[in-house]
Amino acid sequence: MSMIKSKGLSMAFGIGSKARDVLTDVNFSVAEGEVFGLVGESGSGKTTVLRCLAGLYTHWRGELEIAGKQLEHRLDRSQCRIVQMVFQDPYGSLHPRHTVATALAEPLRIHGIGDVDRRIDETLERVGLNGSFRYRYPHQLSGGQRQRVAIARALILEPRVLLLDEPTSALDVSVQAEILNLLADLRARDGLTYLLVTHDLGVVAHLCDRLAVMQSGRIVETLTVDTLCSGAAAEPYTRTLLQASRQYSRELATATAMEA
Amino acid sequence: MTPQLEINDLRVSFKTPDGYVDAVRGVSLQLGREKLAIVGESGSGKSTVGRAILRLHPHSARITAKTMRFCEVDLLSASEKTMRSIRGARISMILQDPKYSLNPVVRVGDQIAESYLAHHPKASRAEARERALAMLETVRIRDPQRVFSLYPHEVSGGMGQRIMIAMMLITEPDIIIADEPTSALDVSVRTQILAILDDLVGERGLGLLFISHDLNLVRSFCDRVIVMYAGRIVETIDADRLGEATHPYTRGLLDSLPEIDHRRARLPVLQRDPSWLTA
Amino acid sequence: MSNQASIIMPAEAAPARTAPHSATQAMRESTARALRRLFRNPLTVVGLIVVALLILVAIFAPLLANHDPLVQNLPRALMAPSADNWFGTDEYGRDIYSRIVYGSRITLYVIGLVTIIVGPVGLAIGTTSGYFGGWVDTLFMRVTDIFISFPSLVLALAFVAALGPGLEHAVIAIALTAWPPIARLARAETLSIRKADFVAVAQLQGASPLRIIVRYIVPLCLSSVIVRLTMNMAGIVLTAAGLGFLGLGALPPAPEWGAMISAGRRYMMECWWLVAMPGMAIMMVSLAFNLLGDGLRDVLDPRND
Repeated sequence: MSMIKSKGLSMAFGIGSKARDVLTDVNFSVAEGEVFGLVGESGSGKTTVLRCLAGLYTHWRGELEIAGKQLEHRLDRSQCRIVQMVFQDPYGSLHPRHTVATALAEPLRIHGIGDVDRRIDETLERVGLNGSFRYRYPHQLSGGQRQRVAIARALILEPRVLLLDEPTSALDVSVQAEILNLLADLRARDGLTYLLVTHDLGVVAHLCDRLAVMQSGRIVETLTVDTLCSGAAAEPYTRTLLQASRQYSRELATATAMEA
Repeated sequence: MTPQLEINDLRVSFKTPDGYVDAVRGVSLQLGREKLAIVGESGSGKSTVGRAILRLHPHSARITAKTMRFCEVDLLSASEKTMRSIRGARISMILQDPKYSLNPVVRVGDQIAESYLAHHPKASRAEARERALAMLETVRIRDPQRVFSLYPHEVSGGMGQRIMIAMMLITEPDIIIADEPTSALDVSVRTQILAILDDLVGERGLGLLFISHDLNLVRSFCDRVIVMYAGRIVETIDADRLGEATHPYTRGLLDSLPEIDHRRARLPVLQRDPSWLTA
Repeated sequence: MSNQASIIMPAEAAPARTAPHSATQAMRESTARALRRLFRNPLTVVGLIVVALLILVAIFAPLLANHDPLVQNLPRALMAPSADNWFGTDEYGRDIYSRIVYGSRITLYVIGLVTIIVGPVGLAIGTTSGYFGGWVDTLFMRVTDIFISFPSLVLALAFVAALGPGLEHAVIAIALTAWPPIARLARAETLSIRKADFVAVAQLQGASPLRIIVRYIVPLCLSSVIVRLTMNMAGIVLTAAGLGFLGLGALPPAPEWGAMISAGRRYMMECWWLVAMPGMAIMMVSLAFNLLGDGLRDVLDPRND
């Protein structure tokens, strides 16, 4: 069964003659328990897709479906229990005046879920933090710890889908490894479905099963990670991206300069 | 060949309400006509080294070194006037985000021409314009005439970074310090920018100090790599031999990178050893 | 760990500071930190002391005053400062020192009441306007513009003229003219805060707009609003004194400082103390609030963290 489905998703910013298409006919589907990567350069629309699915943008066209339920063009409270999102910058996604415990208790209070203390402790443990972090403010945490708290906050409503927006690109590589391992563990244990947006093909190769490559608001190619890594991608754009992220090469620079 | 830049036992500390904290603790390096990388995590002191060379620190910073020499100039004792004639003219600095380094209300071409005039007071405006256009061509901007008259908000990130490089190069510096010059850019643009820097080092005999957090990148782009941890150099190694690095920190960093060609179920997590702070 | 000063370390390797073990401890620690910063600036401390003194004087007025502020004693009118009448006496022979002591109650009352009205009103209008944007914003901001474009003293005058003089009316008049700058400030802060990821997170968790404004936006606006309010207090003191001076504030014989200056100005040439003493009191209090406001800005502004 497909957990996430996007059919003919299109969106424009601005109105009238100033309207600028940011997404054009985006189609993909993600199976339950799968990790699907959305890859592309800045401005390719990959984060926009994520925000449409999360419900942060409401003026999209087309059909979006999560867990068999059609999304409406507004933020739906019942949807919050199914989909949550983790943002790129752990410095910006935690409220500077809320302690860890407050941040984690918020979603529970909003949805009237009881047993707050036990749930907070359990969720903190799931992301590898212990109870001593409960009363810390974000500025008392390192970048990696903040991202763990952000993941814990997304998990506390026990969603089935996590939308991950560049979850490790603001972190140092050694911390990135910890967070990637954590995400892999959580998925293995709880059967979560991930939609991961990133520009880093290394991260995609590590975490994802399949991916879609996006360019200027369209999906260029959808392929499995195995196909990508074996260099069997059909589209030249995908192959260029892959080469450029493997290493710097003078030849590639000349080749792409010619194309451009 | 004597190195253009020689630093011996550089120490930088910052004054905070709780006393001085050390950001750089005894860094020594030599830079010739090569691409030398400094890599490390945030907080390792790599950017502080780059800024200390140009003495771009607030007054609350304390900079000491046994030697800090650029060609014939002693950077530690040089007057502020000498430093001004070096900054931008003989040692240039390229920062991560060109948005903050370009003046938003001046056409980019005029900014480049201006920086030429600043260091060649006798040159005419027309000559400066010629130079600026030539420079834009050097950084592979295809239509220099058009780009010359654009304002910074009208250019893309990659284009902005090329313009910055053009501006930094027009004074024909001997050394370029590039602090994460490509981290804000997409991979395809990144390759282009690196190629420009690569050619400059090859053709003009510049020295490039490339400050980065990206091990994969410096491995294929630079000649030598300095690895910093907590304000100290833990290892200096040829870039193509980075795979044979011996320090556990360098090894740990390399291992924790997710790789396209070598997929693992779990990434090894770096175990930090307190002895790295002193050893 | 090292034999020298502390080291800047890779963020992930830096040892965690001792973590608080309870919510109250966490709050206590951050308050203590803020207070330490507050006390670092001597001028702020001066402002704080004067404001504290004002409050103490108002509370203990009956103990501090050595005369009844309202009882006339005509034989002793217009006496220069002396051992018996520290600040001299006014044209009815009332002790100026005692009147200033009791007048602090009126000043505090006005400041307190205006602040209680202006703070919440400005915050509510500003944050709502900024958070929702669109027509809500347009409507609220045009209303604000209307209030802001009236010269504040003239508006207060018109208001008091309509309702008749009296302390309560003066307070309402001042409050009417004091909320728009607060609302604008809160709106500007909200506009930058609402784009933050943590607001998006709250939306995704199903938080209602009211909850987001109250729990996420207001706490971050609060610091700059408090600073602005503190600075405003200086202005309120002066406006209240101005209204009193024009005879539109507190009614005689209440010992309002502005009214005291107004009454004393006829004798100003011969008896300087009639005007100088309440004038000094007004100046010191408004200066103190300004200093305190400056200090608070350094402490509370999140950009200084």
